[in-house]
Amino acid sequence: MPVPVDRNEVRTLLEQEGAQLVEVLPQAEYEDEHLPGAINIPLKTLDAESARRLERERPVIVYCHDYQ
Amino acid sequence: MSPRAASRLESLGFERVYDYVAGKADWAAFGLAIEGRWHSGTRVGAHAHTRVPGCGPSDRLQEVRERVRASGWDTCFVTDERGVVLGRLGRAALARDDDVPVAEAMMLGPSTVRPSFRLDQAVKRMRSQNLSTLPVTRSDGVLVGIIRREDAERALASL
Repeated sequence: MPVPVDRNEVRTLLEQEGAQLVEVLPQAEYEDEHLPGAINIPLKTLDAESARRLERERPVIVYCHDYQ
Repeated sequence: MSPRAASRLESLGFERVYDYVAGKADWAAFGLAIEGRWHSGTRVGAHAHTRVPGCGPSDRLQEVRERVRASGWDTCFVTDERGVVLGRLGRAALARDDDVPVAEAMMLGPSTVRPSFRLDQAVKRMRSQNLSTLPVTRSDGVLVGIIRREDAERALASL
């Protein structure tokens, strides 16, 4: 099961475990604003091919705009 | 959306998947850095004066008034021990000549904006409401500082 995390846990995962940040919103929204270092893989394009951009050995944190 | 993305990544064999459910709205509202077209420099948090007068609700108005005057500001934010904004002393309150506890003189629940509020929108609001300043607080209510209209207009022109 994916683990829900809050802001502080995100910062810890980034700083201590080299986590990868993935924004899953459409490209235009990503280009407007995104977390530092995040890459963009929109949910509609998230498949085995696009997921190759991610390293399996490192934690992955996904996010969108908010709870919606 | 992010829970579905997290589940999909797990189905693709990723073993350590985390879901930041509060997302970038939460991140930016807390005043943390953001990148992109509307990067941090386009938000009020980057242009707020952070060294502004503050006091506690039980402080005496006379002492606060003198301190605020000496600082060159004409307003003071009343915060609790965690820095959460409880109220504001404006010009009228600071002009009173009595010496009551600040809690008796402060305006409750002043309007604030988040550090992530866009500079262009802040300028628009200050112009339309004829405001010279806007207080900036994080999503947990802690005071970040004050954005001055003249500073916001100058910063906006340089973007």
